[in-house]
Amino acid sequence: MRLPPFQSLVDAHAAELHRFLVASVGPTEAEDCLQETLLSALRAYPRLRDASHLRAWLYTIAQHKATDAVRRNVRHRAEDLDGINPGHLSEPPHETADEELWTRVRTLPPKQRAAVIHRFVFDLAYKEIGLRTGTTEEAARQNVATGLRRLRMEVDR
Amino acid sequence: MTELERRLARPPASAPFDVRAATTVLAQRATEAGLADVAYGWLDSPLGKLIVAVTPRGLVRIAYEREAELDVLQELAEGVSPRVLRAPERTDTARRELEGYFAGTVRRFDLPIDWSLVHGFAVGVLRATARVPFGHVATYGEMAASAGSPRAARAAGNALHINPIPIVVPCHRIVPASGGIGGYGGGEDRKRFLLDLEGALPASASGTL
Repeated sequence: MRLPPFQSLVDAHAAELHRFLVASVGPTEAEDCLQETLLSALRAYPRLRDASHLRAWLYTIAQHKATDAVRRNVRHRAEDLDGINPGHLSEPPHETADEELWTRVRTLPPKQRAAVIHRFVFDLAYKEIGLRTGTTEEAARQNVATGLRRLRMEVDR
Repeated sequence: MTELERRLARPPASAPFDVRAATTVLAQRATEAGLADVAYGWLDSPLGKLIVAVTPRGLVRIAYEREAELDVLQELAEGVSPRVLRAPERTDTARRELEGYFAGTVRRFDLPIDWSLVHGFAVGVLRATARVPFGHVATYGEMAASAGSPRAARAAGNALHINPIPIVVPCHRIVPASGGIGGYGGGEDRKRFLLDLEGALPASASGTL
């Protein structure tokens, strides 16, 4: 099987993976997440059996790394809250409407989060979203619909 | 499209992505993790831009720019490992020696060679070629004989033509017994340049043949 040199994957896809990760975990974490994604991909690369969906394969790894990062953050935030006077918690965070929206996107279940980002940030068809999230076209459609419904409930309250 | 969908189409802002910087970090981390199987960089030489590729075992490939970069990298991916990364600093030792060679200060390369891209009869031919010293020439027939097949001069010529490590494995020093300088994978002009650089153009070196 002809696997292209790994560097050509980096050159072709790193920028858009970074964009995907900025949407998935925020600009601060995206850089680290991208490095973890590429390093994991590089590690597994020679054992890959199918060279026909390399881009989708990279996205599924990025999605997992994003999920790990979001979980880490939630844990940190919970730890931060331990020592804080509860009175402060009622203060609304100083976020613009869109920052708040993206914070909500980040806490969607992983497949919904990835599907929503692929659908709206990258304007992809459901078939491609299915490939990139490791599910079917139909499941991708479901994930987008469910994620969107959830966001609407949380944001439009 | 709803208002929410419109907002989702505008992802959070971030600094512009720098693929060079990201590649540098990746190459560093991959090297530490033992995952950078093939590292490559470029060298500007009097013979044009060269691609220089190394593995943990040694120098594995030098390519003149007449070969398309993507083809060279694909050859490395298939012949050595698909873990091919741009990591110029890993090729520094090889590039320094090559610079010294072109400047006339290096006459003998002191670089470990990774022979992964060489197979069959070519192994014997190119190993024999690697022993021909600076400023000397030998014939295709002599290289064939060193590889164990004295009558396979033509096959030796073919093996030399696709030498993956020109200059360092000095296939330019191998010339026809019948005279002239013969062909060269990198083009005859480059062969003439290298022999001239070493003071070994056959006109002056014919006495040693």
